[in-house]
Amino acid sequence: MVSRQSLTPLPADKRIVRMKRKTAYLGLFTAVAIIFGYVETLLPVVVGIPGVKIGLANLVTVFVLYIYTWKEALIVSVMRILVTGFLFGNLFSILFSLTGGLLSLLIMAFLKRKEFSIIGVSIAGGVAHNIGQIIIAALVVENVKMYYYMPVLLVSGLITGGCIGVVSQELLRRLTPILGITD
Amino acid sequence: MKKRDYVLVAVILCTAFVFWIVPKFFSAHTDSILRISIDGELYGEYPLDTDAEIAIGTTNICKIQDQSVKMTEADCPDHLCLKQKSIDASGGTIVCLPNRIVLEIADGEQTEPDSIAR
Repeated sequence: MVSRQSLTPLPADKRIVRMKRKTAYLGLFTAVAIIFGYVETLLPVVVGIPGVKIGLANLVTVFVLYIYTWKEALIVSVMRILVTGFLFGNLFSILFSLTGGLLSLLIMAFLKRKEFSIIGVSIAGGVAHNIGQIIIAALVVENVKMYYYMPVLLVSGLITGGCIGVVSQELLRRLTPILGITD
Repeated sequence: MKKRDYVLVAVILCTAFVFWIVPKFFSAHTDSILRISIDGELYGEYPLDTDAEIAIGTTNICKIQDQSVKMTEADCPDHLCLKQKSIDASGGTIVCLPNRIVLEIADGEQTEPDSIAR
């Protein structure tokens, strides 16, 4: 019993179809991530702590990380940050988002290999994102006392990451058959 | 959720707890100072680290003990300042209105404008 894929190499036309589909999907996911990031700015701050947000855009990163690999997730994440940064933010906000986003993705890609569940990976991603931002903040403000804010951001990253993880899990289960990525 | 996930959550919560609790220990060595002013004019500045009993003019006495400041005696009729909560490094003021005395906490370093993050 050998799986079909390993037995015969994929025909060239099928590879092309797959590549086209992937290109389209990555564009789509990037667009969705940008929209998510924008929608989130419209939502009022729920918890009353400045800087704490759900991180809806991270949902897309986690999702892409699981249907493809970390490379695709990196592309989508960086594109999303650059586009939203140039549209709504400034170079500083790009710097902040980029550090948080890259550190988050690095940790998530690492933990995914270490047999954590998607919720655990997402939690680590949320927390890493916040840690990345606080490090940059401490560097920019040149004030080490930023670590006073650490417990708040750790716990909030835990909660938001957990939420994103649960949603990603459901999305994966429901969307993967429809998207037809595996065939 | 797998077992590893729970371990991860526990580690994060512990780290958060450590970051929350450690500054509380270190805050015992703040360089905060007590600033006393009468009628808007500076009367004196005293470090919070050393316990002391300070006579403010002839009317009031305040006490620094265990990093916090409390008004202990006042000759004013209402004694509202005596009833005010003691103030410490986290900030706050005690006001004795009849004698126009204000006790407030100032950071040892000169205050700079806060940075603004968006």
